[in-house]
Amino acid sequence: MTMTDDTTGVLGQRLLRREDPALLTGEARYTSDLPIPGALHLAVLRSPYARARILSVDTSAAAAMPGVTAVFSGADLADAWAGPMPCAWPVTEDMKSPTHYPLAVGQANYVGDGVACVLATSATAARDALDAIEVEYEPLEAVIDLEDALSDRVVIHDEIGTNRSYTWDLKIEESEGQVDRAFADAAYSVKARYIQQRLIPAAMEPRAVAAIPQPFGGDMTLYSATQVPHILKVMTALTLGIPEHQLRVVAPAVGGGFGSKLNVYAEELLCVALAKRTGSPVRWTETRSEGNQATIHGRGQIQDIELAADSDGRLTAVRVRLIGDMGAYLQLVTPGVPLLGAFLYAGVYELPKAYDFSCTSVFTNMTPTDAYRGAGRPEATYAIERAMDTLAAEIGIDPLELRRRNFIPTEAYPYEAMTGLVYDSGDHDRAATLAAEMIDYAGVRARQESQNVPGAAKRLGIGVSTYFEMCGLAPSRVLASLNYGAGGWEAATVRVLPTNKIQVVTGTAPHGQGHETAWSMIVAEKMGVSPDDVDVLHSDTAIAPLGLDTYGSRSLSVGGVAIAMACDKVIDKAKQIAAHQLEANPDDLEFSGGEFRVAGSPDRAMPLAAVAFEAFTAHNLPDGLEPNLEAHTTYDPPNFSWPFGTHMCLVEVDTETGEVDVLKYVAVDDCGNQVNPLIVDGQVHGGVVQGLAQALFEEAVYDADGNLQTSTLAEYLVPAASDVPAIETGHTITPSPTNQLGVKGIGEAGTIASTPAVINAIVDALSGLGVRDVPMPASPNTVWRAINEAQGGQQ
Amino acid sequence: MIPAAFDYVRAGSAAEAIQLIGQYGDEAKFLAGGHSLVPAMKLRLAQPTVLVDIGRVSDLSYIRDGGDHIAIGALTRHMDVEKSPVLAEHVPLLAHAAGHVGDPQVRHRGTIGGSLAHADPASDLPATTLALGATYVAEGPNGTREIAAADFYQGYFTSALAPDEMLTEIRVPKMGGAGWSFQKFNRRAQDWAIVGVAAWQRGSECGVGLVNMASTPVLASSVAAAIAGGASAADAAEAAAAEADPQADLNASVEYRVHLAKVLTRRALQAAAG
Ligand SMILES: Cc1cc2nc3c(=O)[nH]c(=O)nc-3n(C[C@H](O)[C@H](O)[C@H](O)COP(=O)(O)OP(=O)(O)OC[C@H]3O[C@@H](n4cnc5c(N)ncnc54)[C@H](O)[C@@H]3O)c2cc1C
Repeated sequence: MTMTDDTTGVLGQRLLRREDPALLTGEARYTSDLPIPGALHLAVLRSPYARARILSVDTSAAAAMPGVTAVFSGADLADAWAGPMPCAWPVTEDMKSPTHYPLAVGQANYVGDGVACVLATSATAARDALDAIEVEYEPLEAVIDLEDALSDRVVIHDEIGTNRSYTWDLKIEESEGQVDRAFADAAYSVKARYIQQRLIPAAMEPRAVAAIPQPFGGDMTLYSATQVPHILKVMTALTLGIPEHQLRVVAPAVGGGFGSKLNVYAEELLCVALAKRTGSPVRWTETRSEGNQATIHGRGQIQDIELAADSDGRLTAVRVRLIGDMGAYLQLVTPGVPLLGAFLYAGVYELPKAYDFSCTSVFTNMTPTDAYRGAGRPEATYAIERAMDTLAAEIGIDPLELRRRNFIPTEAYPYEAMTGLVYDSGDHDRAATLAAEMIDYAGVRARQESQNVPGAAKRLGIGVSTYFEMCGLAPSRVLASLNYGAGGWEAATVRVLPTNKIQVVTGTAPHGQGHETAWSMIVAEKMGVSPDDVDVLHSDTAIAPLGLDTYGSRSLSVGGVAIAMACDKVIDKAKQIAAHQLEANPDDLEFSGGEFRVAGSPDRAMPLAAVAFEAFTAHNLPDGLEPNLEAHTTYDPPNFSWPFGTHMCLVEVDTETGEVDVLKYVAVDDCGNQVNPLIVDGQVHGGVVQGLAQALFEEAVYDADGNLQTSTLAEYLVPAASDVPAIETGHTITPSPTNQLGVKGIGEAGTIASTPAVINAIVDALSGLGVRDVPMPASPNTVWRAINEAQGGQQ
Repeated sequence: MIPAAFDYVRAGSAAEAIQLIGQYGDEAKFLAGGHSLVPAMKLRLAQPTVLVDIGRVSDLSYIRDGGDHIAIGALTRHMDVEKSPVLAEHVPLLAHAAGHVGDPQVRHRGTIGGSLAHADPASDLPATTLALGATYVAEGPNGTREIAAADFYQGYFTSALAPDEMLTEIRVPKMGGAGWSFQKFNRRAQDWAIVGVAAWQRGSECGVGLVNMASTPVLASSVAAAIAGGASAADAAEAAAAEADPQADLNASVEYRVHLAKVLTRRALQAAAG
């Protein structure tokens, strides 16, 4: 949108979020807060073995316990499903996917895999009864290591005969053999292996579900703490054989997701199936330990990356080999996650057509992985940004200078990358320059000279990370080319009520992002009303029947744009009514500040409020025009959105203890025009903390037998406010040319950029001691070990 | 996160608590601040059938000057220990260490008696009171006895208390102006220590307690002996792990724990002397 005098100036303001009072005072109703009289409580018995044959399940003692209504094994429910649990992203024609039911039948495949379940009149009775279910297991050898999985030494799922799910290649060469030649001719080349540890999303609100059969006719309402009410509706209908129109899905207040609630979970299907079977409402609330075990994990990759460069350090080829950890089964979009990064291993750098990417993904006896904030793109950015630092060290130049030499030049935008994707806009040098100023890059380099002397107790390091994010998922046709099982459009309805209040119905499903605030601002700007006059309706398929939900930083750049387009349609219709009333030609009318005016005769005007009332009474409308002011849009974006930026991190490392102190963190992000900079800052802060958490704190640790060692938040170290630095945000604004608002996504950018910035800073601090890499998470013990190893075992 | 079923009784006094615990027997447990016991119950690692709540025995919440020592009631909350002017003057090391227990919510609920009775080697106050040479007072059906901190800790979560004995008071010698330092090393600010060191020093006399370096809190007597023998802080700290027997966990290998114990002991002694 051109922000000229045609606006009320709402866009770009730091409006406080209208969502927050209810969230902060505890008034917001989450799924587990809903009062549901007569509800039965579901509890799930989970496998204590990473891999075990289920020889027998005896439910009789549990069934006899007080308050228990019914107990089911996986076999007992075999007839409840019209099909197995869905995976909507068959990335290759020959992808292998083991059959996966909400409760395991025959064999359990990870610690946490559901084996049996209880329905009882209270959550306590249901929990107590779990201990009385007798399961006879035959423990089998578990596969935990990715390369071990790849070897097929032990095949987890007999039915598919291999642990390999798929291999997906992306080789792009100007002429055959170009990649090999580039490496042969390279003045410099580097090769590195990076491990993306498994992460536990740990949303503030655990998952919760309630399925409520409606009286008469077989309708069912499913409440769930989900990011994807629309997708969940379709998938639940298909998996349970329920006619889709008889299912309503509602996502009440949802406390974060980060991708972990972008799924179709066993407990959602169990609640609906058992509500159907018993005729009673059935509800379930996850415990934190269940969340750590049985909600999807993120990341989980081994990355081998090689860069070739010419004598100036300019990239001439990139080769990437990935092993992706799928976990025990494929969940909704599990196999697609590594592919989302496949296009970004050249980062923000110019690369000739000399790119060789291949990913083989394997099953393991661990919790299934799936999309987690950034999904594929943080992994890619980490690998290229770490490798660029390694290359800079190899060449002996400053890592920021190496990046500048390789940036796609600003004049080249829109830029067709070697992958064929068109990056809509970018100005990497500007972002890097701003970040460098904010952190005083030159000053830090000077301080390092004096501080990082031999024997220094504390060494200073600065880390740079520049990134592109491919988000705003996505053009439907591009998704089709990746075999994704859905489109990438978003729907919006804008309705002006008789009193000039405006209802917006959106297909996005906010769970902490502030859509109600942001969407009302877009409508206010467009329609010349106050944001307070705009109501945003969402997350209930009975109210917002069409939508593709919230993930992949898509809501604003697809859903928000759809709303702006629906506003345009409403304005067009209103203009016809106003022109009729003012006896003018619609083409002569101008709309601004909520008023239609005849061009050149400022006294001939009609406010939107009057038009809305005319549209409602329909007493005097132009011939053939339908009553009411309402318009619907479904918008399919022509391109991804491409936010970019530079993050820099300043650390001090205690060389005696390995402790890392983050002294300063600077994030410069360009997400185009900002609807509400306060929300943008919030997204960046949260994202940076989550990425920094991967760098320094978090890891889902399994022992060799497949037991999760981090099953509570005492062991899984989510950082608290006291553990993260103040984050300084800076922004450049390069509007996206592909949508009328000029906006790009910002939900994942912080997570994508921050992880490599932190690790690069640590390695930079320790480079004088011979440290070339530090594995994640860079705990004090890990950093200390890296120093020791670099020093040949002695300090 | 749902504990197994249990009964709950509330005691109005130490005598009543001891009588109730005797009445319910082995399966009963005292409930003080509940900040160690209740998490264990939620994970069903502990399944007492009766809780005898001593949390409201308010006459056991006090901090008094006992002449050569300070007497602290077992039900005194960490926050009261942290903020006590009496302790700030006479046993600043303990007040300071109490301020490093968990987060403010934990410190408002958790009690010093609960922390010591729980006998978690990773907790801050057992090692701190051990370093300070404290004496604990226990009351049971057969009366009152005093137990030296050095005799109290017998293994993981195991103390010298009999099941029907209740800790009622902690007596900590006044520090008499000794220098001191509490070094708590952890990954998140509010966590238990990976390794912690509580130390005081007055001339060639010192006391050093180690957190999370064995199945019990550890009194690093070799360090004290080295200091008494005139060793420098750095040299004395080399003996920090002599009495320790650390385990590996997700945060630290054995080797790293030993290394940390030495580094932190050196830093503590230097700070205490400086
Ligand atoms: C999130 C969190 C973080 C924490 N972080 C730390 C930390 O950093 N450092 C640290 O040291 N501690 C930490 N703690 C533990 C905290 O200090 C506990 O409060 C303390 O360890 C136990 O005290 P309590 O009064 O809560 O005891 P309770 O939990 O009530 O009882 C613990 C045990 O002691 C027994 N008991 C209690 N009082 C008596 C008594 N008077 N006589 C005999 N037996 C008794 C109980 O029966 C039980 O077995 C943390 C706790 C939490 C929840």
